[in-house]
Amino acid sequence: MAVASENVKRYPGFFFVAVFCLLVLYLPLLIVMAYSFNDSASITRWGGFSLRWYEEVFTGVESAKYKTAAWNSITIAVMASITATVIATSAALGMIRSGSWRGKATSFALINLPLMVPEIVTAVATLIFFSAIGFKAGYLTILVAHCVFCIPFAYLPIAARLQGVETIYEQAAMDLYATRTQAFLKVLLPLLLPGIFSGFLLAFIISLDDFIITNFVKGAGVETLPTAIFGAVKQGIKPNIMAISTLMLMVSILFVSVSYFVSRLGESSAKVAD
Amino acid sequence: MAGLTQQSISTSSGGAFDPLRKRLLFPAWLMIGFFLVLPVLMMLVYSFLTKEFRGGVIWEFSTAAYDQFFFDRGLFGDEPAKIEWTYIVIFWRSIVQAFSATVICLLIGFPTAYFIATRPDSTRNIWLFLVTVPYWVNLLIRTVSMKFLIRDNGPLNEWLMMVGVIESPIHLINTNFAVQLGLFYSYLPFMVLPIYASVERFNFSLAEAAADLYADKWVILCRVILPAVKPGIIAGCILVFVPSLGAFLAPDLLGGAKNFMIGSLIEEQFKGAAGNWPFGAAASMILLSMVLLVLMFYARSQARTVH
Repeated sequence: MAVASENVKRYPGFFFVAVFCLLVLYLPLLIVMAYSFNDSASITRWGGFSLRWYEEVFTGVESAKYKTAAWNSITIAVMASITATVIATSAALGMIRSGSWRGKATSFALINLPLMVPEIVTAVATLIFFSAIGFKAGYLTILVAHCVFCIPFAYLPIAARLQGVETIYEQAAMDLYATRTQAFLKVLLPLLLPGIFSGFLLAFIISLDDFIITNFVKGAGVETLPTAIFGAVKQGIKPNIMAISTLMLMVSILFVSVSYFVSRLGESSAKVAD
Repeated sequence: MAGLTQQSISTSSGGAFDPLRKRLLFPAWLMIGFFLVLPVLMMLVYSFLTKEFRGGVIWEFSTAAYDQFFFDRGLFGDEPAKIEWTYIVIFWRSIVQAFSATVICLLIGFPTAYFIATRPDSTRNIWLFLVTVPYWVNLLIRTVSMKFLIRDNGPLNEWLMMVGVIESPIHLINTNFAVQLGLFYSYLPFMVLPIYASVERFNFSLAEAAADLYADKWVILCRVILPAVKPGIIAGCILVFVPSLGAFLAPDLLGGAKNFMIGSLIEEQFKGAAGNWPFGAAASMILLSMVLLVLMFYARSQARTVH
């Protein structure tokens, strides 16, 4: 019987499509990684292994530009994702622990609005808004814009986690005379932490990743890594761009792996709690 | 009924559900209302203003932006209005490109998602992880990598020529196909994840029942499995189609000037040489309306499946 059900499920060609899919997804990234270690200045010929392009990224003529851009990217991502995570945690409590009320669906749509509006439209609207109120485009405008579009990315994992935590824990705490604040800080918050952590990481990566909105609201002179790379790529793909790309790729993969394992741990801890 | 039980819980326990908690939503409402809803309304206003040369607007009501989008009144604006095809063609091309990218994603994403969902528990998460990791790599870097790979004298062509599959390089870059490939590469996980979720929930005893009644595999796939996982497929298609429609990086880096899409048209009005803010705002409004239409259509089809 088990054999029969396996046969019904299985479509032989699907395995090859899945493998082909992974190949298409990873081939361009692996090629760029490989060529970033290419000693030759030509971007097509292989001239042996070398770290010279990494050296150039950190000490070359353009290193100051990329260092400033990287610093802007990281500080904006840290501040925007922390702000978004705090707002999103608060919003998740407001949505999921407030019973049912009129307008709840509208509130849900509003929180997720940044996901529904096309990025380029958000970019245009934000640029127009800041220019209309006479706010000078620069670091601050990028930060505000990033906070806004990070909110739903932080909200979704936190809300999913909160939905999985039953109310009995808070009730038990309050039955034992914990104040509402104590019940939140000592009981609910620790249970929510895995969700909050993956929400934060998601928001952080999304902020680092953004190009379109940043490009519109950045103003002259302020660059983040993606806008600096885009400007350089317009002149042609040089090996030092591939070295920077490889470094960023490593950072992203590190973050996703950490997030993945934290959420796995969170799942098993939730099972223990049940 | 559910509301009633919640009510009684909250009165008896002193408030795990507390209506006052709604106040916790205020920061999110304020932030998104002030920095997204208000700006979009402002953009609507700007689309009806008069353009200032080299960016910005003059505060004077005008429908010139929409007029320029749809009508051609000659060089001096005094000829009888004809339909202006330039921008309609750009929008139409964007729709076709987004649609093609969605079809490619579906053709490759469905078998992949199905394959992953039918793996044993031990390997399923690894497959899922492998498919989603590239999504978290910076979109710009992914697009640049794709450009590097498929250039005329890039690694792909060199290998194919070395192996002897082709004589001369295939010209891929700056074609429609390159843009579709780029969009596919950008949004594939959006197709795989919802389909995976619905295949995973599918009850395979239904497929076994069909097999017991002598249905062959492809009949089972088309008449039993596909109808059951349709919501996942529709969700995946929308999640790919909507961002593809307004995409900027893939068309700009892989498509070149001949394959101009909505994203580049809008960008040019604000960052590039065109510098016509009201027109850019009008084009953005038209794009936003199209996306909202698709989403409304989706919401209605969802509501219909529930009832």
